[in-house]
Amino acid sequence: MTLTEKPNIQENLIPVLKTVSDPEIPVLSVLDLGVIREAVEENGIVKIKLTPTYSGCPAMDVIGDDLKKAFSEIGKKAEVELILSPAWSTDWISEEGLQKMEKYGIARPLSESHDKDVLLGEKKLVKCPQCGSTNTHLVSQFGSTACKALFKCDDCQEPFDYFKCLK
Amino acid sequence: MPNSFIFNYILTIADNSLILAQRLGELCGHGPSLETDIALTNISLDLLGQTRSYYQYAAKISGENKTEDDIAFLRIEREYNNCLLVEQPNTHFGYTLGRQFLFDVYHLLLMEKLQHSPDETLAAIAKKGIKEVSYHKRFSSDWVKRLGDGTEESKAKMQEAIDDLWRFTDELFYMTEAEKQAVKEGIGIDVSTFKEKYYEEVSEVLKEATLTVPENKYFTKGGKEGIHTEQMGYLLADLQYMQRTYPNMQW
Repeated sequence: MTLTEKPNIQENLIPVLKTVSDPEIPVLSVLDLGVIREAVEENGIVKIKLTPTYSGCPAMDVIGDDLKKAFSEIGKKAEVELILSPAWSTDWISEEGLQKMEKYGIARPLSESHDKDVLLGEKKLVKCPQCGSTNTHLVSQFGSTACKALFKCDDCQEPFDYFKCLK
Repeated sequence: MPNSFIFNYILTIADNSLILAQRLGELCGHGPSLETDIALTNISLDLLGQTRSYYQYAAKISGENKTEDDIAFLRIEREYNNCLLVEQPNTHFGYTLGRQFLFDVYHLLLMEKLQHSPDETLAAIAKKGIKEVSYHKRFSSDWVKRLGDGTEESKAKMQEAIDDLWRFTDELFYMTEAEKQAVKEGIGIDVSTFKEKYYEEVSEVLKEATLTVPENKYFTKGGKEGIHTEQMGYLLADLQYMQRTYPNMQW
């Protein structure tokens, strides 16, 4: 499976998968986040392959449990397997997911080369999700979770999270 | 614990991350500022995540009834194969960041090689790890520069930390029997191949930080073969407390 290859998700399972969200960013469903690499029903059992955003992401265990619960509510048994390869990338977040994220107050990941510039404080590119200004600065490379960095807007003075680019 | 070379090889890599994660975890709630506190615990979490992947793999191939928890928490001191560098205590912030920096440079170089290992699991863990470790390295290099090229006091403390930690760097490139065997079998990484690059990269950052690259040639080793500094016992007492007090707890 390459990075661009679409995950193998069975059509009829999508409505249930949509109800399971990332506990740390509740506006994003697991599908928006792109962490489901495979979901297929075999002999009445839903087999799911889940990939973590970061190796130690504590949300993954919760997501696994939530997936099992969501399927048990419609009378299906689900098995969740954690896979590491191919490694998750911020490219797998859907456009819809990125928009929801911004609305929720988290700045979207920029491209890899831009990310380097902003995290080293060399260029002002990260847009404040509150007021849209790019007059922002990096406060810390590590924010409230491993996948985010902490920024502050110098116009509206609000702190906000930036979703780090991971490629 | 099983004695296969691959099992031991995995430990020489994974134990570094476990012990360093434990050291960083100690700072949770005690970091010098909220942002650095969160950053260090985030790094700890990444390392712990990688460690779990390694230990799950080691448990699977151990052939015994081992779990990742047994491997992490129920070994005796002599059975931990981490290098001496990562077990050094958090004496002050500069020291913590110096230790992190000297390890991160090594760690990233190792992961870059390991991602091409024909062992699929090790390659997958490394590939995922690279993305995380490159952030760690960026963070620690940045702090070394900031403190080195900072006030008189921060510079002195950073220099003192690097001078003190320098003696542990050579061990990173010392190969244990398990490592040699893993190289011979084609799945392991010959760490000596990037020793020169390591010192080059480290020196570059130290120079940018206006620090002096230590000339000390007296190195110490032993951790990778289970002979640790006095710091290790205290660390393990903390690390293993829960598992030994409430046996069979799960991660």
